[in-house]
Amino acid sequence: MHKYILKRLLMLIPVILGVTFIVFFILNLSPGDPAAMILGEQATAEAIEMKREELGLNDPILVRYFNYMKDLLHGDMGVSYRNSISVWEQVTDRFPNTVVLAIAGILVALLIGLPLGILSAKKQNTIIDNISMVLSLIGVSMPNFWFGLLVVMLFALKLGWLPSQGMGEGFVPLLLSLILPALTLGTGSAGSIARMTRSSMLEVIRQDYISTARAKGVDERTVTFQHMLRNALIPIITSVGLQFGSLLGGAMLTETVFSWPGLGRLMVENIKSKDIPMVLGCVVFLATMFTIVNLVVDLIYAFVDPRIKSLYKKGR
Amino acid sequence: MSDILLQIKDLSIVYATEDGVVQALTNANLTLRQGETLGLVGETGAGKTTLARGIMRLIPDPPGKIVSGEILFEEKDLLRLSIKEMRKYRGSQISMIFQDPMTSLNPVMTVGDQIREVIVTHHPEMSRQDARKHAEDMLEMVGITATRYNDYPHQFSGGMKQRVVIAIALAGEPRLLIADEPTTALDVTIQAQVLEMIHALKRKSNTAMLLITHDLGVVAQNCDSVAIIYAGEIVEYGTLRQVYKNVLHPYTEGLFGSVPSLESNARRLAAIDGMMPDPTDLPKGCKFVDRCKYATDRCRGEVPRLMEMADGHKVRCFRHESGEVNGNG
Repeated sequence: MHKYILKRLLMLIPVILGVTFIVFFILNLSPGDPAAMILGEQATAEAIEMKREELGLNDPILVRYFNYMKDLLHGDMGVSYRNSISVWEQVTDRFPNTVVLAIAGILVALLIGLPLGILSAKKQNTIIDNISMVLSLIGVSMPNFWFGLLVVMLFALKLGWLPSQGMGEGFVPLLLSLILPALTLGTGSAGSIARMTRSSMLEVIRQDYISTARAKGVDERTVTFQHMLRNALIPIITSVGLQFGSLLGGAMLTETVFSWPGLGRLMVENIKSKDIPMVLGCVVFLATMFTIVNLVVDLIYAFVDPRIKSLYKKGR
Repeated sequence: MSDILLQIKDLSIVYATEDGVVQALTNANLTLRQGETLGLVGETGAGKTTLARGIMRLIPDPPGKIVSGEILFEEKDLLRLSIKEMRKYRGSQISMIFQDPMTSLNPVMTVGDQIREVIVTHHPEMSRQDARKHAEDMLEMVGITATRYNDYPHQFSGGMKQRVVIAIALAGEPRLLIADEPTTALDVTIQAQVLEMIHALKRKSNTAMLLITHDLGVVAQNCDSVAIIYAGEIVEYGTLRQVYKNVLHPYTEGLFGSVPSLESNARRLAAIDGMMPDPTDLPKGCKFVDRCKYATDRCRGEVPRLMEMADGHKVRCFRHESGEVNGNG
């Protein structure tokens, strides 16, 4: 098992290499001069040239990539072009906010998606099934930011119950400010979790061991949760893990709509201003998190399914 | 007669599929006494498993439906019970061994816990340790050491899994055991072992058994009486001796003809010609008519009753009308 974890962690290296390579080149080859952006419109050509020299922008691109990676391996993500604050500091400052939002979002998604999926599977081809599947299709297809704007209009502007912007200080204000963005993030994920739960449950529902369980005389609740759901869990966990990973990184739109001070918004702001070290820092951080989330998901498999556990133990 | 444990009266079960209504079981009548073993013989698709699941009320609905009949267990009609009441019977009064041990066990639960689940369900008052002890005893009883309590099904071989399935079925000390082809999925050497074990355990606790099989040899070794089922109808029914010594129905005759004999020197086995009829489009008269070498015009138009001969041996065939005791199927 340890061997397996180590192996998976080593796989982070090519992932980081690939991600940084692609993002580095896209950012550097796209039009716009970071030096000019930093100094503003009034800057003279000499000043810009000096700034370019200072930032190392005049070196060949491969040399710059090499230098960046060298620093990264030493644990140095560089400083922001704009305000010269360390990238690491800014990223880690924002990251907890994103985690809080992602966890809240995935909780909403699970609370809606899981029961909906189980219910649909148990009442397959009934009106209940159809309604919940249409609902989940709407959840999946609806753009997040649009739904976000709708809930803001209803709950913040019209009813005035909840704050529409920012992150509250203190426990209760934080919770209140979380509700709308978490609902926005959660509904999309809930749709795909519901559909995954349904199809995975349907695969299990006609298995022989379900008849065995019923023949034992156990009640329907035990049959559903202990026998069906536990066996249907692997694809559901995969889906939830992927959703969680993308919530960690992909909440840009939602964070922007709600002015949530998270990593996604930080990245958007810095892409706009072409702050290359900041964007790279965010991307490296998110890619690492995503890989770790996936590793955790794979490890959870082992606890859910003893057959997978014995595979890991054999040390693949 | 009070020693009658199970009495099935005119049980009919249908499946409503997209291709039409499948008459899976038609007016089945069976009686099982305490401690008796009844063999239910027929080919694949004849309705054996449907009958077994019907008794447990485990017919998947939809598409299956019990349309008529009574299943009297100790004079109580199981079909009139609520599902909640029925659950009290399942596992404790009536239990079932399913066909394929490979898929009958929950892969993510330890075998011990799967046995304990039966005990806990029917004895909620029992402490965790006692239930576990009981489950361990069950494992030992089927010849698996109790140290394997915490192992998962994938760590067992097919024969061992079937032992676990048997332990689950017997853990509730049922009065009636339904064994649905318990040995079909196992190889021949293990088959004998498993059957012997079921037989021994059954005798110890005087459990009645409905043994479903398509193997006439298995029936001869284990059963007191036999029912032959064809296309959802019981075509011949009697004690083991009656049916084996004095075959009446042409289908049964065909079945015996397709078993190799040790005594005579046959070069080829006499197979039954043709196929089972399409279950959505059964013949109007006798279901066996298209494959029967004695078939007459009457067989095509009229459904024969299950006729009782003088010795209690029953058969569904016009050829034996003259021997019938009283015209009541």
